[in-house]
Amino acid sequence: MKPHRDRLVATISIAQAPGQGKHDPMDMFDEMQGQNGQIRSPYAKFDAWLSEEDAARLRAKSREAEDLFRLTGITFNVYGRSEAEERLIPFDIIPRIISGREWQRLERGIEQRVRAINAFLHDIYHRQEILRAGRVPQEMIANNVAFLPQMIGMMPPGGVYTHITGIDLVRTGPDDFFVLEDNARTPSGVSYMLENRETMLRMFPELFSRNQVRPVSDYPRNLRRSLAASAPAACEGTPTVAVLTPGIYNSAYYEHAFLADKMGIELVEGHDLRIVDGRVAMRTTRGYQPIDVLYRRVDDDFLDPLNFNPESALGVPGIMDVYRAGGITIANAPGTGISDDKAIYSYMPEIVEFYTGERPILQNVPTWRCNEKESLDYVLAHLSELVVKEVHGSGGYGMLIGPAASKKELKEFERKLRARPGNYIAQPTLSLSTVPVFTKSGLAPRHVDLRPFVLMSPEGINVTPGGLTRVAMKKGSLVVNSSQGGGTKDTWVLED
Amino acid sequence: MLGKTAGGLFWMARLLERAENTSRMIETGQRIALTRAGSGADDWLSVLQAAAVAYGYQQKHAEVLPELAIDWMLRDPDNPSSVMAVITQARHNARLVRTALTHEAWEAVNSFWMLLKEALARKVATRDLPKVLSLIRERNALVRGAILGTMLRNEIYDFIRIGTFIERADNTARILDVKYYVLLPSAAAVGSRLDNVQWDTILRSVSGEGGYRLTIGPDVTPMGIAQFLILDKRMPRSLNFCCAKLRDNLNYLATDYDLRLPCHQQADTLCRRFMTHDVAAIFDYGLHEYVQEVLGHLGKLSHQIEIDYRFYG
Repeated sequence: MKPHRDRLVATISIAQAPGQGKHDPMDMFDEMQGQNGQIRSPYAKFDAWLSEEDAARLRAKSREAEDLFRLTGITFNVYGRSEAEERLIPFDIIPRIISGREWQRLERGIEQRVRAINAFLHDIYHRQEILRAGRVPQEMIANNVAFLPQMIGMMPPGGVYTHITGIDLVRTGPDDFFVLEDNARTPSGVSYMLENRETMLRMFPELFSRNQVRPVSDYPRNLRRSLAASAPAACEGTPTVAVLTPGIYNSAYYEHAFLADKMGIELVEGHDLRIVDGRVAMRTTRGYQPIDVLYRRVDDDFLDPLNFNPESALGVPGIMDVYRAGGITIANAPGTGISDDKAIYSYMPEIVEFYTGERPILQNVPTWRCNEKESLDYVLAHLSELVVKEVHGSGGYGMLIGPAASKKELKEFERKLRARPGNYIAQPTLSLSTVPVFTKSGLAPRHVDLRPFVLMSPEGINVTPGGLTRVAMKKGSLVVNSSQGGGTKDTWVLED
Repeated sequence: MLGKTAGGLFWMARLLERAENTSRMIETGQRIALTRAGSGADDWLSVLQAAAVAYGYQQKHAEVLPELAIDWMLRDPDNPSSVMAVITQARHNARLVRTALTHEAWEAVNSFWMLLKEALARKVATRDLPKVLSLIRERNALVRGAILGTMLRNEIYDFIRIGTFIERADNTARILDVKYYVLLPSAAAVGSRLDNVQWDTILRSVSGEGGYRLTIGPDVTPMGIAQFLILDKRMPRSLNFCCAKLRDNLNYLATDYDLRLPCHQQADTLCRRFMTHDVAAIFDYGLHEYVQEVLGHLGKLSHQIEIDYRFYG
């Protein structure tokens, strides 16, 4: 297995929404209208407000929102396009609403999952008990490019690997949430969570006096506190924290600048940094100043040309040596990719049980590992019903959505599967929940997913209530990826 | 503050100032064209020269034509100093230093760029020119207002001001450099209609007509113009004023950092020029040589600031 990874820059990260659009509409769970057309209780007050609104005003508001986003500069660059192209991610004005009770369960499940991921990372880079116990096969690690030998035996400051995690969730019914993907490298999208809320507050203040919505605005403060709490031993006094960006042409540059701004810390690039007296230091107008915690939005490969990709101009030569000597905290720790790899994903229920001793609160989507003979046979026999993903792919590229694929595409994928079965996993098509979006002809249901953001420090775990809801803007579409036309919604968690 | 950020702020401010100056030059050129007969090719050439874009223009066009000159200065993609290119660069710098700006300041720059892109999407018709030029000035004023009204008076602000004043001094010096010959007393017909138009042009290109009347008086003379644009302490575009502000802002940094650097020494020397010379002495010395020296000094100082504050590592 020689998986292919092409992640030159962190793209607006994206989950793939499995499922299909050809279900009987009666099967489909709409989060606002339920299965029987009766407004579900979290949406009751919103629905009452909506029925008093006139469509022309909402249309005007929708345009106003777009102007606001353009003015603020919340744009992303589509990877591979000309540098000048900045696009807006479509924003839908209908909020996605989650009750306090629903959230409580999700929050416990997310915390449990992040604790397990962190324990798994510590174990896999130290004693590898889980491999010895036979719960995860040896070759899953040995042959995996996401496993970083440089991290073996290395204890990150405070024992924290995943300072920031994004857990992608999908829903199929009132109580049925599934984890679609864990993002433990450099998850993005949190700036949209924050700006979506700001925009809604500016446009519909009255909605927030009718509904008790839990705030998300303290995320930057919590992030800074959490990063500072993870400072290395070498830190004296108040920790100096900085954000490392690949640069202004990166697709998520807006978010990097946004977070640095909201945290009141410096936004640095590789060429602003150098090793001075055993510390990573940034070039300021007063000379070089050491950094204690680096929130890097640069992939592992590009972090250190001396230790990883020698071609990288985005990183800092020698930063890994400083890291190993306890001179800096890198957040997230290098090598966390081994925990959110799609091949490892299928073992997450075992991983959660192994480290927490508890049953997983959040379900995994059932997954066939195509490197196993019986699984491959099953997948080939049911290809038109399944979603097949590349183990190391991201951004919704290189995947097959069986029910939506043509005969030709199915044949093609069958060939690929037979050639490199180990490169693929398959999942059933779930009947993904919908939430209405505002269209020219009124409300229309569209499929959604949810990415809550989780902070971890030696002081504990903090989950921001809500997260980023991504929505497929096209009718029946299951692809919510921003690089493929998906949009976003404000996500409300109600104070019950 | 990061050295890179200081550099971004400095250049953002320089470029914004440059766009405004270019728009003022175009306005002046247009004004001369309207007030005199003939093609005005010479006048447009001197406008291009004063805006420091004549060389590129002549590479592309054999002849100086008003509409080509205007298009060149506003939006020709081959001109890296066109208003469009300069504002695009200014916004790029603002994006680079986004964390150092208040969101009002950033949004003012961003909306300037968005509106300009729309206004300059195609060639500007003569009748629309005043509207486009005032858009440039108004939007610049908005950016300045947002910076003035919302930014802390700290090192970030100092670097912005340093960029603004170095660019402005450079601009005024260039106008004098291009137009010095019409100010020389040896000109044959002193006080002729032609001279009066030329002298008005100089004042107009720095928005100085009203200020001149208040400060110097109703009669426009070469001596008066030189006095006003070089030595006047209250004229916000005079060399003396700009260099004094430049030095002040550099000194705020020196105090703040408790560190004097070579650029501070250079700024002091530059300012001394305007203390020790009266305007007659400048004419005795040679206006052209004098202005050339100021331009050279400004270039050196700009470079020294980049080094002293580690803009580029």
